[in-house]
Amino acid sequence: MLYREAGQFKASYEADQQIFPILQDRIGVLLLIGFFALAVPLFADQYWLKAILIPVLIFSLAAIGLNILTGYAGQLSLGSAAFMAVGAFGAYNFMLRIDGMPFLVAILLGGLCAALVGVMFGLPSLRIKGFYLAVATLAAQFFIVWALVKIEWFSNYSSSGVITAQEIEILGFAFDGPQSKYLLTLFVVVVMALLAKNMVRSTTGRSWMAVRDMDVAAEVIGIRLMRTKLTAFAVSSFYCGVAGALYAYTYIGTVEPEGFNLDLSFKILFMIIIGGVGSIMGSFLGAAFIVLLPIALDVFVPMLLGDLVSSSFVSNLQLIVFGGLIVFFLIVEPHGLARLWQIGKEKLRLWPFPH
Amino acid sequence: MAREIGDVILKMEGISLSFGGVKALTNISFDVREHEIRSIIGPNGAGKSSMLNVINGVYHPQEGQVTFRGEVRRDMEPHKAAKQGIARTFQNIALFKGMSVIDNIMTGRNLKMKCNVFHHALHWGKARAEEIEHRKKVEEVIDFLEIQNIRKTPVGRLPYGLQKRVELGRALAAEPSMMLLDEPMAGMNVEEKQDMCRFILDVNDQFGTTIVLIEHDMGVVMDISDRVVVLDYGKKIGDGEPDEVKNNPDVIAAYLGTSH
Amino acid sequence: MQFFFEVLIGGLLSGVLYALVALGFVLIYKASGVFNFAQGAMVFFAALTFVGFLEILPGWTGWEEGGRAVFWLAFVLSLAAMVVLAIATEKFVLRPLVNQPPITLFMATIGLTFLVEGIAQGIWGANVRGLNLGIADVPIEYMMDNFNILISSFDVFAAAVAAVLVAALALFFQYTRIGRALRAVADDHQAALSIGIPLRHIWVIVWAVAGFVALVAGMIWGARNGVQFALTFTALKALPVLILGGFTSVPGAIVGGLIIGASEKLAEVYVGPFVGGGIESWFPYILALGFLLFRPEGLFGEKHIDRV
Repeated sequence: MLYREAGQFKASYEADQQIFPILQDRIGVLLLIGFFALAVPLFADQYWLKAILIPVLIFSLAAIGLNILTGYAGQLSLGSAAFMAVGAFGAYNFMLRIDGMPFLVAILLGGLCAALVGVMFGLPSLRIKGFYLAVATLAAQFFIVWALVKIEWFSNYSSSGVITAQEIEILGFAFDGPQSKYLLTLFVVVVMALLAKNMVRSTTGRSWMAVRDMDVAAEVIGIRLMRTKLTAFAVSSFYCGVAGALYAYTYIGTVEPEGFNLDLSFKILFMIIIGGVGSIMGSFLGAAFIVLLPIALDVFVPMLLGDLVSSSFVSNLQLIVFGGLIVFFLIVEPHGLARLWQIGKEKLRLWPFPH
Repeated sequence: MAREIGDVILKMEGISLSFGGVKALTNISFDVREHEIRSIIGPNGAGKSSMLNVINGVYHPQEGQVTFRGEVRRDMEPHKAAKQGIARTFQNIALFKGMSVIDNIMTGRNLKMKCNVFHHALHWGKARAEEIEHRKKVEEVIDFLEIQNIRKTPVGRLPYGLQKRVELGRALAAEPSMMLLDEPMAGMNVEEKQDMCRFILDVNDQFGTTIVLIEHDMGVVMDISDRVVVLDYGKKIGDGEPDEVKNNPDVIAAYLGTSH
Repeated sequence: MQFFFEVLIGGLLSGVLYALVALGFVLIYKASGVFNFAQGAMVFFAALTFVGFLEILPGWTGWEEGGRAVFWLAFVLSLAAMVVLAIATEKFVLRPLVNQPPITLFMATIGLTFLVEGIAQGIWGANVRGLNLGIADVPIEYMMDNFNILISSFDVFAAAVAAVLVAALALFFQYTRIGRALRAVADDHQAALSIGIPLRHIWVIVWAVAGFVALVAGMIWGARNGVQFALTFTALKALPVLILGGFTSVPGAIVGGLIIGASEKLAEVYVGPFVGGGIESWFPYILALGFLLFRPEGLFGEKHIDRV
């Protein structure tokens, strides 16, 4: 009943081109942000903040990054985790080597490093597409992790490349508890998600989608393939890089390059498949799903089956459930949870008279 | 008529194109004058689409040269052709299937938009004003083509005839000086054909857009064209005004299949 | 110089194994247009199933442990498991996704990878297991005596098996009815359907054949390095092999495998020490990437012309 756009007439193109054109959506987003910014820190306990909310936010950001490249620009990447690693190690080195480096600037610079590396590994996309490109991004995955381990300067000569994130301090305030870290993460992720939403609904985003849907036609109407693809690689890697920096600073604390392995890249890919390829909203849904699923399995499977099951059984079950869900979603709902959400909204719009 | 046929703006000379061992075009020359409707006809596999692809740089001919507005060149990059005002539609609709009608037509204006990715991310001031300004232009195209009611529909869901119309809209949105239309009426019923004819004539008449047209419906071609080129097996067998071409014995032979 | 040859030959022989995995990819890609990321998982699944049967069969049948009868029964049962996997894949993954874009099918096979790995470990456990095929892993004396080069008899055996397998597959494709149908399907799905070739059967057959290749690769590899999860990563090396060789070429898979195997070992030995070692993990990919920039269709692949 409440979700109606009747009576909301758009009198100008400006009104029609708002970021959320439907009033209820605008209110909904504001309420959602308000809820997560004000209510959640008051009521959520440490475990929820540290083990669920912060990682969900960080992975959402990485998933937005991959979604920009794969979902919007149509270039499949299997190396997202490596770009996260570049962001984490980049931010670490800026903090370490430059006195008085502000934290937010450091993570942005970390993201910028990732963007540069992303463009380098995106160059082959000008010649190759599809599976070939996917294999090329595997090169980035393996090479970057190797380089961060072997070139000891990156980790300030620690053994096997482990780094420990410095304390975060912004304007004299120390972000040391889970609450403040959560709020900081939330702030960065929300701002960047809104920026991403803006990008995908403007010429930049349309060019990406044009290249994704039909590159020959895109070129014929004057879209520069090289510039468009490389922009997608740069922006995508930037997002992954910032996510990686947050991963190190507000989530794990101590990270090693091997932590950003192929498995993590696959996880991010799964987030966008399940959440929704080509949807910012879907990136959040997918990240939440993929973070929560193993936790749910860990809790509920022993509860249901009792002591019959070992922990290795649960971890195998995780593989099976992940794999099965991917196949299931690709078959049943290739646009993922975001589409289900959208269908729900459309139903609601017509409810209670569906015809 | 409001329009007046002007000078030659596009000249193709001795164009030969082959794929591996297969010759698609052999030593073809013809020209296109400003503001005219120039048709390319011929049986299936005659090399008509290849010809268009050479004009706007999708294919690169092995021999010959292309002169567009005085600039002589051997081949072309497609986005440069777009920059010089050549727009194009495709035989097998090349719309961006995942996007709405508005977004598809908006992409047609990409060359006229100057903001970069940073402006877009902020969507403030300049980027916003630009977006709205171009949206207005796109709405003009939408009004012209009478597709207001489907403007927010994803193009993948539209029937074939409407998709063709949207593709014409995307080409029009670029405000081109020349449009290459590859079988814009293929697979349409009579009413749809009439609409499409009207749009093409209106574009030509109101905006003075030069049109190079590939079409199989001889009735339409002979009606609306100023001049016609006939290709067969990659070779030119006729060139001239519709009546002239109609009575050309080689053309009749090619269509009735009496020779070879 | 002897050392160089030893490294080279060692590399070529490990390349044979990459080639075997790549061969599975090529078969499936040719027949169904699917880039099967799960090929590595299939190698792991096959090897684990084989070892698992070797362990439990003596208990079930009372036959002598490590005997010939157990070996062959385990082989047949593992093969049957691969056929079941092929049927299940066709029914639950390929058939529902028919006519979807290739990239969707590719992502589905990534899902399949996780599924197959989870099932394999769920059934047989995740322990590392040794596998003894009864082939001696000792230097060949003849080569030692005459050329002073160290070559393992096991590696030569592996190469021979691979060669026989490739030859058998080539004959199978060229001269049997099913082989002809497979080639027809690879050429044009629609046309093949229209002349009455049952597409689904063909898919099951080709996935089963790929499963058989995976089983052989898994047995050889498992015997060399132990049957363990790491097999799936080694199998990823088949991807650069494919890029070098082209997705559709059987000889390409072989030559590509040899080039990757040899060059990664040589690079590790001669370049590795200068940059801290461990470059085997990425060298094949970078090599393939560099190659792609010059010849995107691979060594033996066909050049693709975009028609618009």
